Amino acid sequence: MTAFLARLRQQPWIWSFVAALAVWLITIAFTRGQGAGAILTAALAFATFTIIVGLGQMMVISTGPGNVDLSIPATITLSGVVAMKVMDTDTALLPIGIAAALGASLLVGVFNYGLIRLLRIPPIIATLSSSFLILSTAIYYGRGIRIKPPPPLADFATARLFGVPLAALFVLVLSVAMAIVLQRTVYGRSVLASGQNMRAAWLAGLDVDGTRFATYVLSALLAGVCGIVLSGFSGGAALNMGEEFLLASIAVVVIGGTSVAGGRANVPGIWGAALFMYLLVTMLNTFGASAGIRLIMTGLIIIAVIVIAGGEEAQR
Amino acid sequence: MNRRLLRSLLPFISLAVVLAATFYVQPRTMSYFGLNLMLQYAVPIALATIAQMFVITVNDLDLSIGPFVGLVGCIAATLLYTDPLPGVLALLICIAAYAAVGALVHVRNLPSIVVTLGLSFVWLGIAVLILPSPGGKAPDWLKALMAVQIPLVPFPIIAAVTIGIAVHLALMLSSYGAVARGAGGNPRALARAGWSMLQTKMIMYALAGFFGVLSGLSLLGLTTSADAHVADRYTLYSIAGVILGGGEFIGGRVSPMGAVVGALTLALAGSFLIFLRISPDWQIGAQGAILIVVLALRALITYGEARR
Amino acid sequence: MREPAIRLDGVEKSFGAVRALRGVDLSVDAGECLGLVGHNGAGKSTLMLVLAGTLLPDKGELSAGGAQIQGHWSAAAAQARGIRCVFQELSLCPNLTVAENVRIVHKSLRGFGWKRRARALIAAKLDEIFPGHGIDADGEIAGLPIGQRQMAEVARAFTVTADPLRLAILDEPTSSLDAVTAAQLLAYVRKEAAKGTAIILISHLLGDILRTSDRIVVMKDGKTVAERPAAKFNRNSLVAAMGSEAAQRKHGRAGAIAQPDMPIIVRAAAKPEEPSGELLIRKGEIVGLTGLAGHGQTRMLLRLFAKDGAEVKGAVAFIAGDRQSDGIFHLWSIGQNITVRSLRALSRHGLIDGASEARLAEDWKDRIAIRTPDVNNNILTLSGGNQQKVLFARALGSDAAIILMDDPMRGVDIGTKLEVYGMIREQADAGRTFIWYTTEIEELSHCDRAYVFRNGAISASLGRDELTEERVLQASFAESAAT
Repeated sequence: MTAFLARLRQQPWIWSFVAALAVWLITIAFTRGQGAGAILTAALAFATFTIIVGLGQMMVISTGPGNVDLSIPATITLSGVVAMKVMDTDTALLPIGIAAALGASLLVGVFNYGLIRLLRIPPIIATLSSSFLILSTAIYYGRGIRIKPPPPLADFATARLFGVPLAALFVLVLSVAMAIVLQRTVYGRSVLASGQNMRAAWLAGLDVDGTRFATYVLSALLAGVCGIVLSGFSGGAALNMGEEFLLASIAVVVIGGTSVAGGRANVPGIWGAALFMYLLVTMLNTFGASAGIRLIMTGLIIIAVIVIAGGEEAQR
Repeated sequence: MNRRLLRSLLPFISLAVVLAATFYVQPRTMSYFGLNLMLQYAVPIALATIAQMFVITVNDLDLSIGPFVGLVGCIAATLLYTDPLPGVLALLICIAAYAAVGALVHVRNLPSIVVTLGLSFVWLGIAVLILPSPGGKAPDWLKALMAVQIPLVPFPIIAAVTIGIAVHLALMLSSYGAVARGAGGNPRALARAGWSMLQTKMIMYALAGFFGVLSGLSLLGLTTSADAHVADRYTLYSIAGVILGGGEFIGGRVSPMGAVVGALTLALAGSFLIFLRISPDWQIGAQGAILIVVLALRALITYGEARR
Repeated sequence: MREPAIRLDGVEKSFGAVRALRGVDLSVDAGECLGLVGHNGAGKSTLMLVLAGTLLPDKGELSAGGAQIQGHWSAAAAQARGIRCVFQELSLCPNLTVAENVRIVHKSLRGFGWKRRARALIAAKLDEIFPGHGIDADGEIAGLPIGQRQMAEVARAFTVTADPLRLAILDEPTSSLDAVTAAQLLAYVRKEAAKGTAIILISHLLGDILRTSDRIVVMKDGKTVAERPAAKFNRNSLVAAMGSEAAQRKHGRAGAIAQPDMPIIVRAAAKPEEPSGELLIRKGEIVGLTGLAGHGQTRMLLRLFAKDGAEVKGAVAFIAGDRQSDGIFHLWSIGQNITVRSLRALSRHGLIDGASEARLAEDWKDRIAIRTPDVNNNILTLSGGNQQKVLFARALGSDAAIILMDDPMRGVDIGTKLEVYGMIREQADAGRTFIWYTTEIEELSHCDRAYVFRNGAISASLGRDELTEERVLQASFAESAAT
């Protein structure tokens, strides 16, 4: 048992769960146990979206220093807008709408990597510039109309199974699959190897280009999935629906123990971190904190978590 | 043709092209007042870009500079307006906080992206506490400074050139500048030569804070009243400005003149797009396209250089 | 009169459970050149970091210039006492110019005109050590080939401003230099010692050590185990003192030379755009690529690896010489570092089979004798030589028919070398092809034949009987007069 605990303590993701648990306990201590379950359910429901994009961001960040996908928010918006518009509240068009939204996301991924590879633009700037273009496309295409999602999509996004959101279960399956991909496939190992040393990965016979390409496409596709489900959840697409996910997607990845320097990814940590982030906001709301205090506390706690969890061990 | 020279000239060429295009579309801008009007917001952006550049020099990235500029505006429009001395003190504390963040990032070996991400919430939160809704007043001397009219050459141009030259002297030509850039190029070598990396990082972060304060003050001088969110975009502008100006994210390769020029280009591109009467839907997209085109050109030149 | 420039008494240093230094006593006199040899992991580099002030010893005393060092020992304190180091991995800032890098080590280069002074300082020193070096003091380091970078770093260590130069420590200073510049450097070392500077020379090239040093100290397992005037050592006694088990094994191959009727599996022009000689390699051959360092050998290997303008029949694997930048994955275990080249072969239905992966790692750990209790340990727990063995295991354990070696024995101890040489021969006899870039002429004795490179072109193709130092050098400089 102690050995188990000792091993558990060494897992970088454990801290995000500990933090999430602590915040939850403080909250329900404050409410004297009221709404303990409801808070968790709500946290799971909201964390789901962050986790979907967090998984994609994690893969991108793991491919090495400087790799990050800043186009996730714009892609979420584009995907949501395309899905709602194509479906046009018609259940029969649901599959076509999903295909169209994912197709658009796929193009975003291809475009992003094209900028990075062909034009050798640093990923931060490449995905930032492309996010401007994507957002404009979404604005132009969406034209401010609010279309409701078809009922089955709304049902899927909001349904619960014994208090657990159905979408969360779906994301759980996705996460397990991602963890397996990471450790047990050539693609996953290639991501981690490239993240540690791109040149060494190439010289070890791995397809570095293909891996990075697949990773940016994967991240865009997951953002697309998030856009579809989020539109179903919140009753339609909105032009600012992706906004909060820029910082959130990076924060959950890093708080969850994935190395910003690349080469080390962590799937469970994303869950802990996403729950923590949401529960934190809930706690501050419960305390009745003002907007300013809420922002300050959120910021300080993000910093505190990264300080306590420790930085990267000295590299090379 | 010397490609290396061409690459270092590229930021200036991009600026010239955008400027020429603006003149072509709207000839009335080709005047003292036209330029003054178009470029005045370039000054705070250039200062924020310089701030970002100091952090990038030591291989870090500051995702909090935008909200920080907003916070400085809020402090200056309230405390500095009413009580100058405590106001100055508050701004000095802001700079000290930046230095402390540099120390924290270095001592605990933390990823700067995450720390400054968290920090951006903190700055924004403090700003919102100080000024829950837009308001406050800019000190008169600040308004006067930003409205200075110098004969022949518009003030923003003089300001930008002065900033560029001053920072170039400090970072590219001074003996300590070489050490600071070396800290980005090979931190280990620097430590082995007996330099304190902690001290270097703190100095660079403090300089970032200092230029962030200047950016906030100059922005307030233009807007005359403050808003916590007024500079949220500056984080992205400043990063894009450094890169447009020929800087690189890692390895201590930066160019102060380039950064200033990059910031001018970005500011000008905004006006240009308005003059073009592009549908508002595509304004932001066009800005992205300009970024891509300039960086693509740089890639093309660099690629040719590598082939030779 | 001679007095110790620096003196260590009973210095100990541990990293966790690993005792890197177990009580080292060492002193170097002013004007003396001390040769320091030992296997990788013997503690030489740690000792050097202690001297340089970068590491603090756990125990023991240091004294410099006859006075015991009191108070805080640091890199800055070491600098002030006139101790300079040339580290094995380069310690230059690649984004700065040569002159600016000089500024980094001289606090007194400041104020108006510092750049001019730095430029003059380094240019003069480069001219003195490496006449005809062709290095521009205003050139950015990143733009220089690796050999010139090393020259700049060595020269920088010998520049003097406010602080005196009492002791220069050179760790493998010739690893990236060609024969001519290496000789220039060693000659300069003698000259500098004659002026009264103490010098510690660390090298795996025993010939250099024997020729250049006054006294030689041998380290093993964190202790000094032998110490004699250089004249009392010869190559064999030195190797014996280092305690290499395989030391007495005879070099070179006795086996049959690859049959001429074997199929040609590699064909590549040295420079695709002009007639410059052609590489033609048959299955089962061990072919050396030699010549002065940096004359296109690595570029050729990379072209063969990428199959770029080269005809290469069969899978290839690459063994890096620069472990840190081209080889190891520092976050991974020893096992993962071995299997990374074979992941596709280890996969079933798209998933990597864990049991097969573990088997491959264990198998190669035993076959190539990687010294570790557990292949699941992190790769960095291994010494440099053992890390290099992992890179060999990675390539040899793969399905590659052709193995490209990019000077992989750089800075590797002789025991490891001899083990690996045997393994290469065995594998070649079994039908594998080796293309081997080496900067050590001795290593050519393990090759069937060799190509000598000069300015990216092949200047000679030498058969087994012609592989003498003389012939290789001759071909290396063949066209010097013409160009």
